[in-house]
Amino acid sequence: MARVLMKGNEAIAEASIRAGCRHFFGYPITPQSEIPEYLAKRYVECGGTYVQAESEVAASNMIYGAASTGTRVFTSSSSPGISLMSEAISYIAASELPVVLVNIVRAGPGLGGILPSQGDYWQATRGMGHGDFRILALAPSSVQEAADLVVEAFDLADKYTNPVMVIGDGIIGQMMEPVEFKAERDPSTLPKHEWALTGARNREPNIVTSLYLDPHELEAMNQRLYVKYQQMEREEKRWEDYKIKDGMQLCVFAWGTVARICKTAIDELNNEGYTIGLVRPISLYPFPMEAVKAAADKAEKLMSVELSTGQMIDDVKLATGRDCAFYGRQGGIVPGPDEVKKEMVKVIEGERS
Amino acid sequence: MTVQTIFSRPDSLRECSTHYCPGCTHGISHRLVAETLDELNLRERAIGVAPVGCSVLAYKYFNCDFAEAAHGRAPAMATGMKRCKPDNIVFTYQGDGDLASIGMAEIIHSANRGEKITVIFINNAIYGMTGGQMAPTTLPGQVTSTCPFGRDVNQAGYPIRVAELLSTLATPSFIARGRLDNPMGVASAKKLIRQAFQYQVEGRCFSLIELVSTCPTNWGISPQKALDWSRTDMLPFFKTGVFKSPDDDLPAFKSPEFAGVK
Amino acid sequence: MPMIKVYKDQCKGCELCVHACPQQILGMTDELNAKGYFYAQMVDPGRCIGCAICGVICPDWAIEVGVQGTRYVLFEY
Repeated sequence: MARVLMKGNEAIAEASIRAGCRHFFGYPITPQSEIPEYLAKRYVECGGTYVQAESEVAASNMIYGAASTGTRVFTSSSSPGISLMSEAISYIAASELPVVLVNIVRAGPGLGGILPSQGDYWQATRGMGHGDFRILALAPSSVQEAADLVVEAFDLADKYTNPVMVIGDGIIGQMMEPVEFKAERDPSTLPKHEWALTGARNREPNIVTSLYLDPHELEAMNQRLYVKYQQMEREEKRWEDYKIKDGMQLCVFAWGTVARICKTAIDELNNEGYTIGLVRPISLYPFPMEAVKAAADKAEKLMSVELSTGQMIDDVKLATGRDCAFYGRQGGIVPGPDEVKKEMVKVIEGERS
Repeated sequence: MTVQTIFSRPDSLRECSTHYCPGCTHGISHRLVAETLDELNLRERAIGVAPVGCSVLAYKYFNCDFAEAAHGRAPAMATGMKRCKPDNIVFTYQGDGDLASIGMAEIIHSANRGEKITVIFINNAIYGMTGGQMAPTTLPGQVTSTCPFGRDVNQAGYPIRVAELLSTLATPSFIARGRLDNPMGVASAKKLIRQAFQYQVEGRCFSLIELVSTCPTNWGISPQKALDWSRTDMLPFFKTGVFKSPDDDLPAFKSPEFAGVK
Repeated sequence: MPMIKVYKDQCKGCELCVHACPQQILGMTDELNAKGYFYAQMVDPGRCIGCAICGVICPDWAIEVGVQGTRYVLFEY
């Protein structure tokens, strides 16, 4: 399969087709509108469905309905739209249905701006909606990785019958990089689900609900979800170690495109004689606690670099039990390697924390 | 001579008791939908979507596949279902808060997109499940727990007539309002419901059947008096009839020159 | 000879059938059912015309109507 130069958003959209998905219900919002635009053409070409919903609220409930019929379904949005989807995502998780959603994060909070940010980390890993549930959150740092993770997300969603989010920032969505699509799933070969609403022919009716008025039944549902999340924590942690070795002066933690900026900074600083390594979590939930701790144990100081005022840093501190320095920009401003280098040196020299 | 049963519980309803109040017309509406599913042989193809409201537990009473939607979102859920499974018969069953308040965007847009679903809209001019608050369909001067001095049109506006509202959309659809205040009214409401499901079987259009219903408990009157009140006070404002039919003449701007991509 | 069967534990005593019956031959018992409601009963079975209006108006599908031979159909249902 040839490599093509594609815009991140379009690669993500094409990846959903390669995963065998043929149904999209979404709404335009900068900086991910290319996803619905691309799929408005491609899904129809593939004999699928493209519905531009009246809002993200409606779109997220449409995917709830689609998922309840056991069909692979996909939606995408950006931060304020993802907030609108919180209600439905809570219902989908409680109803134990598979959906894949993509968040191309923009700077917030509120209406904010349209430039890149990583300010939705807490939302994705902790606050995706009301109630005691989690979503599996995967964070690519390149267009190729985004395409690969989208395909994997569909299988993970089916495996856990839980929402799975691929979370990138505006850079991933908008930049063009070479990408190769490795999967080619035919929708007719996808697994059938016995819980699906397909018409009660020769069987008892199926009910898809998140309503459990009896507290014992509701506790049982919460326990079922908890068991799933424990399995996710055992089996789905993903991360990348970069130049991790014993005796590091500094271990940096960054995700998404910020990790690429940090890698450049680290390469240049290591050439100047420093010893710095980086851990890039790919699964934000389940967060690779053990890998982060293992790398941190080899470093004198820790530093988190994010496009926010510090969200992933909470998980780094939880994993390591140590203080962690922080550097970040907000508002959509993305620091270059030189800026990040200066801050890394300051942490090593003890001039900042 | 053997006894022939000419009226009994339809197969599409389970053998069970409902939690609805004595005399609540939900039971009648449920039965009309179930009889229609039986008569058109749709039970095994049907997927229902229950709302948030008194009929949140509708999935316990119907004998077909069912989903429970978030408040107001049933038409969106039904859209997702019908687009993925066009051969299934997808219907929603919603009350006034669910459809005409929080769900107003969803119902207008599913009707406007022409989703081939059937919506049963129970209008009883009040929020039943949550204990009798004002609804978008509450009549002027009607007393509810959140308009204890009667609905003041200067503060809360007038009631919304959903059937008329949706009938102004250009997309072909079947929009009608029926009454349940007497047995003949129930029979004609059933005809409307049957026509609505028939249109879905033909893959023809969106249908909404609004049923003028009662809430004896929150209106504070007996079931029979509630039926009478729905006749004397609700029907003059919420008129019965067919407001829009897919066989209506298309408006001028839908001529081929404007139709764009087919 | 038409006859109705009231599923007494299904009945919630709403009395809609009593008001709706065109022959006015339905009434309420003074005995409670399992749920604590007074339930509907046929008071004058000889005058039942098998129109099934009681079944049509009942919100609890508690009434079944059976006929042997003739019945009156007051409207299409």
